[in-house]
Amino acid sequence: MLELRAVTAGYDRRAPVFRDAHLTVAPGEAVGLLGPSGCGKSTLARVAALLHRPDAGEVVLDGMPVRGFRHRAPREQRTTIGVVFQQPRLAADPRLRLTDLIAEPLRATGRRASAADRVAELADTVGLTPDLLGRRPHEVSDGQLQRACLARALALKPRWLVCDEMTAMLDASTTAALVRVVEDYRASTGAGLLSVGHDRTLLTRWCDRTVPWEAVAAG
Amino acid sequence: MTLVPLLSVRDLSVRFLLPGGRRVDVVSDASFDVAPGECLALIGESGCGKSVLASALLGLLPANARTAGHAHLGDLDLLTADERTLARAVRGRRIGLVPQSPAAHLTPVRTIRSHIEETVARLTGVRGRAARRKAAEQASLRAEFPLGHLDRHPHELSGGLAQRAATALALVGDAPLLLADEPTTGLDRDLVDRTVDELRRHVDDGHALLMITHDLAAAERIADRVAVMYAGRIVELADADAFFGSPGPRHPYSRGLLEALPERSFTPVPGLPPELGNLPAGCAFAPRCDRATDACAALPPFENTVACHHPVPADTSHAIRTPEDTRA
Ligand SMILES: Nc1ncnc2c1ncn2[C@@H]1O[C@H](COP(=O)(O)OP(=O)(O)O)[C@@H](O)[C@H]1O
Ligand code: SF4
Ligand SMILES: [Mg+2]
Repeated sequence: MLELRAVTAGYDRRAPVFRDAHLTVAPGEAVGLLGPSGCGKSTLARVAALLHRPDAGEVVLDGMPVRGFRHRAPREQRTTIGVVFQQPRLAADPRLRLTDLIAEPLRATGRRASAADRVAELADTVGLTPDLLGRRPHEVSDGQLQRACLARALALKPRWLVCDEMTAMLDASTTAALVRVVEDYRASTGAGLLSVGHDRTLLTRWCDRTVPWEAVAAG
Repeated sequence: MTLVPLLSVRDLSVRFLLPGGRRVDVVSDASFDVAPGECLALIGESGCGKSVLASALLGLLPANARTAGHAHLGDLDLLTADERTLARAVRGRRIGLVPQSPAAHLTPVRTIRSHIEETVARLTGVRGRAARRKAAEQASLRAEFPLGHLDRHPHELSGGLAQRAATALALVGDAPLLLADEPTTGLDRDLVDRTVDELRRHVDDGHALLMITHDLAAAERIADRVAVMYAGRIVELADADAFFGSPGPRHPYSRGLLEALPERSFTPVPGLPPELGNLPAGCAFAPRCDRATDACAALPPFENTVACHHPVPADTSHAIRTPEDTRA
């Protein structure tokens, strides 16, 4: 289970973005979190991905309360979660070739030797052709860069995926293609998904269950 | 429709010259019209050439770009007009630009009033502080920007109000043609709907609108006609009702794009779009097309509403018929 229990979070302790959020994702389950822009869902997604420390409450991963966030998150917990953001350009180091971008988590966890094979496999999974792998972010389209960011998120075979508006910048075909990649991955691994967004049609089509922001957190 | 076009684009091509003598055809032989009181939505995947086409119309292409063809705005050809004319008489005055990201268009340290008044001073003959103030307030009202918020700074506005502020700026010069490049990217659905409905109001007031977007729902909501671009070419130009409703798109790519929507079959078009610098001979969609035949090795001419050797038959409402069936 990926659980948020009574989580309060924000950027100023005196004025949290949201309070007392409760949310549970079961293994293999796809949960959509639906809310308008600015409500705090990206902040919640970052907490769930262990990238932002909550002010209060806890995140519990497979029964283990998370003790540290961001760089203090224990590696064995951090690596069980893959995350994809809305804006691939803000989430990708502009100096890295796509091949190195995808390999980042492999290198960071000492899997350098097997990286080349794994990158080739991941690129194929997300539909990136070999000629694109040698390019840097400014030489590819948003859709191609987001494919690379999704490949990076899948690199360590996470048990949980957190997608924050993953397709908000993308055209219909690329959206459907990336959702299919996520769903194929989940079907083969049993990973759970938290997908955050504002598009009701997309989330209800994609997820097993969609919850409105008001049902999860208080402002 | 028998509207007299305001903007008439014929065989517009844009190519970029790259170091080493390489050449990239970013827009090829685009032809379309936009009339007053009409919205044409130009749709297609990111990177297919939509924004370059818009830049060509505004005379904002980089120095290594070369254009061919015509883009008549009244009696002026936008492709051959000199920069002085474009800067002084076209941008803002005859073409109002609704920007992609209003935040990036507004200076953080200045109020919205100061932005609009400055634009009034630059674009209109209005002189004197009181008159300028009045003109700025009128432009705000036209864009439904609340006067009570005029003295706020950009960061004090919600996304929706920032978009209206940007629209107010685009309307100051009372340009007959509005050009909006991805005006709804990153907005949530409610805000997309409101932004699009406001733009539609300006169309109904008699403006012509060329709206560039990858958001099919936004296009369906606002457009009278739809132009679909693929790999730099307009491959379909259709009435919006026929395109989004019945009989639906006729070009296989347009069909695939619509079918990818989560409210339809949610199935992606297989593969990736081709590199503009390395286009296949013939139809650029062929590697991804399930209707492709040997004939598709030759470039399909644009006929009626599509550029395709085997368009989906116009009448599929009763049964799926192939051209062979109909002839038999
Ligand atoms: N790094 C940050 N520093 C300060 N405030 C922030 C930061 N990131 C987001 N916020 C604020 O937190 C609130 C919620 O933002 P966010 O979680 O991004 O919402 P959503 O994803 O629903 O758009 C907004 O008011 C936003 O301005
Ligand atoms: S011309 Fe041929 S390959 Fe191109 S879209 Fe039509 S059928 Fe498909
Ligand atoms: Mg967000």
